[in-house]
Amino acid sequence: MDKVTALLQSRAMPHDHSHDDPHALLPSDPALRVKALETLLTRKGLIDPAALDEIIDTYENRIGPRNGARVVARAWLDPAFRAALLEDATAVVSDLGFYGRQGEHMVAVENTEAQHNMVVCTLCSCYPWPLLGIPPGWYKSDAYRARVVREPRKVLADFGVTLPSETAVRVWDSTAEVRYLVIPQRPAGTDGLDEEALMALISRDSMIGTALASAP
Amino acid sequence: MTRVHDMGGRYGDGTITPEPEDEVFHTDWHARALAVTLAAGSLGKWNIDVSRHARECLAPTDYARFSYYEKWISGLANLLVETGVLTREELAGQGDPAPSPLADKKMTADQVAGVLAKGGPADRPSNTAPQFEVGDVVVTRKIAANALVNGGHTRLPVYAAGARGRVLRLHGTHVLPDSSAHRLGDAAEPLYAVVFPASELWSHPEHPRDEVVLDLWQSYLEPEA
Repeated sequence: MDKVTALLQSRAMPHDHSHDDPHALLPSDPALRVKALETLLTRKGLIDPAALDEIIDTYENRIGPRNGARVVARAWLDPAFRAALLEDATAVVSDLGFYGRQGEHMVAVENTEAQHNMVVCTLCSCYPWPLLGIPPGWYKSDAYRARVVREPRKVLADFGVTLPSETAVRVWDSTAEVRYLVIPQRPAGTDGLDEEALMALISRDSMIGTALASAP
Repeated sequence: MTRVHDMGGRYGDGTITPEPEDEVFHTDWHARALAVTLAAGSLGKWNIDVSRHARECLAPTDYARFSYYEKWISGLANLLVETGVLTREELAGQGDPAPSPLADKKMTADQVAGVLAKGGPADRPSNTAPQFEVGDVVVTRKIAANALVNGGHTRLPVYAAGARGRVLRLHGTHVLPDSSAHRLGDAAEPLYAVVFPASELWSHPEHPRDEVVLDLWQSYLEPEA
């Protein structure tokens, strides 16, 4: 191990010298930086611009928070589905076709009067892509990552949410490959609404825990 | 010892601005940066832990000034050179780029849906038996650092170092990022969700019953003394 460690340390060294970083060879303007890298990789035969278009179209139009809203609405409507989701969310969402990249190990956590759940990734931006799509800018922001573990209630205030004092907050810091989906509380006055009608009340933010489900 | 990405609990970052749900990418280049990064990943030259570590190894001044997708594209450029996929000269735009021997691994448009649906699960069989059960009290490493590589990648945030918590869940056995990020093998071991009272982590918790849960590998934990 000593030899390996020494080798790794020597290899790790360049990272600590920013002026040597290869990225500094690219244009400094970020849009040009991306364009330069895409062009170079395309010319080398390593990426296909049509594949990039397909990836973007997937996350702009096909995989997004409506997937998560369907799961939550169904959990509200069907006690057996809810129980199965809380027991093994990966299996349940896979059955709905919502397995995939950044959603390989799913856990669903349920909000109650006693406990409100919120999700963050303080170390990077881990997020359940197959259920919620690409994370919003604020989820990836330094302010959210830094603050929500220490002052979740002040963060909720930034979103216009105030919790009752009897409700405890549990913040889930996604430090591994497990991804968390918050099941918000079902609002009052929604008896008799069907799945589609309930889905309209379930925002992306309510499944991260920075919002509550909307009233009908 | 610490790196700039490990910012949980930090002061001074200001307010958070909510965003509408239908705005997936703020500009075209954000979308391109994400797509280039995903497509380059399919070349198979690194795993998710190596790529996270590459972003974390950006100089603190760069990490702090770069926007989110600038970090991605800059970490990617560094990784492509480090793995020999690109040369520094090619990145600098000098000369004609040579065709790559990896070109047969290029992700095509018709493969995208399959690749995204397949994902990359992190659970692996392990010979390490679970040491803790749900309800056990555990204490995290006193120093949030990689035990294998000095200054290496780890997923124990500084704010949760040396803290006492309770095992909430066993997630099974997962790849250990501290090893995997440095190409030392998967080294899978038990992974737990561990719950900490906010008062164990912060001097001024907002509420006496608030908690923070982290997913932590067995080697990050010790039994209560």
